[in-house]
Amino acid sequence: MLASLSVSININCMVVHVFIFKTNLNRVFFFLSKRVRMAAAAMNDVEDDDEEQLSPDDENVISASEDEEGSDDERKHAKLLEAISSLGGRRRKKHVERSEASVQVSEFSVTAGGAEEKINLCDLLGTMEKTPGAPSKTKKQLRNLQNCKETLELPLSKQQTEKIQRTVAYEKSTKEVSRWESVIIQNQKAEQLVFPLKQEPAGPKRMEQVVAGWKAQTPLEQEIFSILHSNKQPVLDPVLTPMEKAAIKAMSLEEAKIRRAELQKARALQSYYEAKAKRGKRIKSKKYHRVQKKAKQKEFLKQFDEMMKTNPTAALEELKKMELSRMEERMSLKHQNSGKWAKSRAIMAKYDESARSAMQEQLQLNKELTQKLVVPSDDEEERRAEEEANALPDFVNEAEPVPDSANPWMRGKLTSEASGPDVSDVAAEPGVSDVAAEPSSGQEGEQHREEEEEEEQEEEEEKLLREFERKRKLRRNEEDDLAPQPREERGRSSPVDMVEQVTREEVVGEDVEISDDEEEDDEEEDDEEEGAEVVSEFNSLFNRLMQSGRAEPQQIQAEEAELLDEGLVYVRTMDDLEALGQDEMAGPSNAVPDPHTQTPSAEATTEPPSKKKKEIDPKEVLTKEAKTITVPLVLTAVEEEEESFAEQAAIIKEAFAGDDVISDFLKDKRKQEEAGRPKVVDLTLPGWGEWGGVGLKPSRQKRRKFRLKAAAAPPRKDQKLPAVIISEKRNASIAAHQVSQLPFPFQNSAQFESCMRSPVGQTWNTQNTVKKLTAPRVVTKLGAIIQPMAKEDFLKQKKGPEAAKQGAIPLRGTRKKGKKKDSR
Amino acid sequence: MKVKVLCRNPDDYVRETTRDIQRVPRNYDRTLHPFEVPREYTRALNATKMERLFAKPFVASLGGHRDGVSCLAKHAKSLSTVLSGACDGEVKVWNLSRRECLRTIPAHEGFVRAICSRFCGTSFFTVGDDKTVKQWRMEAPGYRVREEPLNTILGKAVYTGIDHHQSEGTFATCGQTVDIWDEQRTSPIRSFSWGVDSFSCVRYNPVETELLASCASDRSIVLYDMRESTPLKKVIMKLRSNTLCWNPMEAYNFTCSNEDYNLYTYDMRYLETPVTVHMDHVSAVLDVDYSPTGKEFVSASFDRTIRIFPKDKGHSREVYHTKRMQHVICVRWSADNKYVLSGSDEMNIRVWKANASEKLGVLTSREKAAVQYNQKLKAKFKNHPKVRRIAHHRHLPRDIFKQKRELRDMKEARRRKEQNVHKHSKPGSVPIVTEKEKHVVTVVE
Repeated sequence: MLASLSVSININCMVVHVFIFKTNLNRVFFFLSKRVRMAAAAMNDVEDDDEEQLSPDDENVISASEDEEGSDDERKHAKLLEAISSLGGRRRKKHVERSEASVQVSEFSVTAGGAEEKINLCDLLGTMEKTPGAPSKTKKQLRNLQNCKETLELPLSKQQTEKIQRTVAYEKSTKEVSRWESVIIQNQKAEQLVFPLKQEPAGPKRMEQVVAGWKAQTPLEQEIFSILHSNKQPVLDPVLTPMEKAAIKAMSLEEAKIRRAELQKARALQSYYEAKAKRGKRIKSKKYHRVQKKAKQKEFLKQFDEMMKTNPTAALEELKKMELSRMEERMSLKHQNSGKWAKSRAIMAKYDESARSAMQEQLQLNKELTQKLVVPSDDEEERRAEEEANALPDFVNEAEPVPDSANPWMRGKLTSEASGPDVSDVAAEPGVSDVAAEPSSGQEGEQHREEEEEEEQEEEEEKLLREFERKRKLRRNEEDDLAPQPREERGRSSPVDMVEQVTREEVVGEDVEISDDEEEDDEEEDDEEEGAEVVSEFNSLFNRLMQSGRAEPQQIQAEEAELLDEGLVYVRTMDDLEALGQDEMAGPSNAVPDPHTQTPSAEATTEPPSKKKKEIDPKEVLTKEAKTITVPLVLTAVEEEEESFAEQAAIIKEAFAGDDVISDFLKDKRKQEEAGRPKVVDLTLPGWGEWGGVGLKPSRQKRRKFRLKAAAAPPRKDQKLPAVIISEKRNASIAAHQVSQLPFPFQNSAQFESCMRSPVGQTWNTQNTVKKLTAPRVVTKLGAIIQPMAKEDFLKQKKGPEAAKQGAIPLRGTRKKGKKKDSR
Repeated sequence: MKVKVLCRNPDDYVRETTRDIQRVPRNYDRTLHPFEVPREYTRALNATKMERLFAKPFVASLGGHRDGVSCLAKHAKSLSTVLSGACDGEVKVWNLSRRECLRTIPAHEGFVRAICSRFCGTSFFTVGDDKTVKQWRMEAPGYRVREEPLNTILGKAVYTGIDHHQSEGTFATCGQTVDIWDEQRTSPIRSFSWGVDSFSCVRYNPVETELLASCASDRSIVLYDMRESTPLKKVIMKLRSNTLCWNPMEAYNFTCSNEDYNLYTYDMRYLETPVTVHMDHVSAVLDVDYSPTGKEFVSASFDRTIRIFPKDKGHSREVYHTKRMQHVICVRWSADNKYVLSGSDEMNIRVWKANASEKLGVLTSREKAAVQYNQKLKAKFKNHPKVRRIAHHRHLPRDIFKQKRELRDMKEARRRKEQNVHKHSKPGSVPIVTEKEKHVVTVVE
């Protein structure tokens, strides 16, 4: 508070102006003008003691009077008089020092003028205790504060505070910047960086994205938008309705994947079946289709049976259908061989087998279709049992009494080969069989068909077996061509075998050059043959069982022979290789019979089945023979080669008669070794330290002293390689292209070399690999501005928590940190 | 019997269109293609030779200024627009694709000290010796309309540098103090000074957009945060830094061009030693600018050359010079990472390719593949002496070459002396000071 008082005093017609400046409660400054001082000096002269008796009371009075200055002069005047009169009194208490303000007043705080004048907290808060309104809590706190003796520290200087502020700010910004570290390191390590970093996805944009900035303006648009909004339809960016979104969410990725896999599998299966059907359709073989049809029919019957049990109504439907077809058939003349085509066939039937069979087929079809359907009953089961019995191997059937032994067709499925020798009309065999086939097919078509049915069960195996057999035959034929010796042997064994051989050759010939008209025939024959072969296998097994007791030692011998012979099988083509494997598989069954059993004497003693077996035997003999056969053709070739080698060697010898290459080489090597060895250097100077001259040699001692022996050279690389000289000299022309030091990122030379060794080019790598290997480190888009990294794109995830953390740093904490820095 | 015939699928050898290349069946068996390393080595050598053969970096020269070019600036949004200021106070706007001057503005009296474009590219700022900051519209005024600045701020002292914020309407100038301005106000919103009375350059950090750095005349580089009231830190070096540039892809790295012929890359978190010292110039380095990919930077020097340095290598990979190019005062790397622009004392602005042997324009896919393969080969065999010799050879003007040799000798002598001193003194008494540590005097907090 600053106030000025002007008091005019009239003493002896003198005016005294007193200016009082009050700066604070305890501080009053008086500025006296010179005149006042002079007046005071005059007064000193008059009344020396009175001068310094300005009491605080008076002061207070004066100060109090200031407010009422202008209000009433009278009272003022009285007061002034009083004051002046009081000046004369002798009540001087103490002397109040007044000094310059600037010296004591600090710029930071207000200090007390003197120790006595110090104001305590209790002085100020004394009233607080008395006031009833103040809460007791604050009173207590204040009391505690009174008791506390500590003083506050001096505030830091400006420089220091700024320094602290700087360090805090710097730490903060470093922390902020350090968030980029992971991104930057990742970019540094990246195989490829594509700039600009934030690229918009290529390709056409969605309409919604393009018109994102567009707003509805016309009333019509607004109306449309309001409708859309009310129906929760997407307006701009989210193209999906909430429903769709929910649906997308509901179908998880894994489910989708599983579903996709299922679909893929189904598609694959479908395509597989389609392909299979196509293949089946393309097969030209009539027989195949016939068999296929049969199988289908059978399948259908089975299903029909099942249907009878499970779904009688549907079965009835089926039955009706079948009945209908039967009726139709009966009405029509379709399969009765009465048409134009059938008549022409009938004319041809005499000469043409195929025509005959075609007619037969027609009739059969008719029969089948017109056959009355039989409801399955117990009888059927019996029949099934019969069928099963039929399906048993033939040698079982063989035991049964044959109704007509004279007719070869009635004897089950024996081959024409088997029957041929029986009839002993070898030369006319095909003709005979043809003649025989005619009546049989005519009379016993049904039986034949039944046989076929049985055949189809075994068809798979048969096919395989047929294949094996054919290959074996082919090979054998080749071998036969090569080796005349075994043929002789065979000739010795039995004349029948010779015949067999001839027929087989014929068969092979047929295989190669089948004509169209003969096809049907061949097929049939083949089938029969196959049947026979199967039978023969079974027979052989059976036979072996029978003869096991007798022929054991011989068998063992044969087996041993086989084991020994294994190495001599000559494999020339892949087919042969396959055949070899198959041979080995089929080995035991084929290898069992031995030549002794096939001698005519044995033949005589054995029963018919064994005889039959014997007829097939030659084949097996052949296989066995094949293994022991030496290959003369190849051998001759080898001999020729050897001869030519020998010749060449002779020529070479003649040509290089004078040269001794090996010794030259050895000499060369020795020379090189000599050159590589470190030499002894003799540094002796004659005449130094002793007499020199003509005929005088330096002493041995001296020579020994000045002879320098070099350290032994490291062992040569070709030390242990007698036929090689490895030069260890550094080749300057090559060195110019070699790296002298290991380059920086590599740890050892092996690493570097392996890196160098792997080529990058298209010549050695596939296109994709090359692309991958030569991908550039930095890719920029032509004509695109590359913006600096944006905070929003790269620190999106981290930003939230980080910012929160930074905000949470308390001020006191930072200050402490600053202090620590300071103390350091 | 089935006869197998030779079968060919026409898909294997028939082209879909006549423009396709002929399909060539390949067998990648290595035994069929022997000598892969020597063959590739030869290819690499040839590729290196071809690279040097086709290294023709000079693209164009833009003439028209009537005094030395003192500053250059890129347009923020347009690749083809460049701004330049000259020592006579003229500012020119250039179209690079047409290589012509679009506009000439008599902007200041005395030097135009610095130019910067606003982040949106609609206007630009210039500061000059006449103690003013002027904002100009980017598009030219109508016919016969006088060029007048959008805004003019009159200051009390000369401004020597200006830079604009990356995304906000604030910019920073430097002169006696570093000031942060709001575009809407005529007085700075913040003013930093730290016992220095003159700054030569101020640059915003393009990534952490609130950070700034400036070069001061007391040989120091000072860091600031726009949000704080005080500067952050400063590092005092042996000699003065002329300019600096932040790495646009690495928030904490910046490079400064120094009077001692070197450039220093600093990590702002560890100012005690520079991360890398880049030396090759033979005179003071006057300006530096980073490539937008942040992998390289270009520097302009008083020795009349421009050099391109990889950001983490101590030596330059490229040096550009021409007979007529004098002291290069300012340099900028174009925003598509393809070109380098340099403004020099002899009033010309030159456009250079950033990769000297690069083919300009669109490449066919086969060309691209060949280029990439060659690059890969060059990189693979870069350590082989013949390849290295060819790849590293650059022709230099005679005086620069001599100076370089001289400098090398001096450096070698100094190093030898240091070694000797170290060798002949008490162990531990003479510390070994690395090249990086040599140039920093102190870091002031």
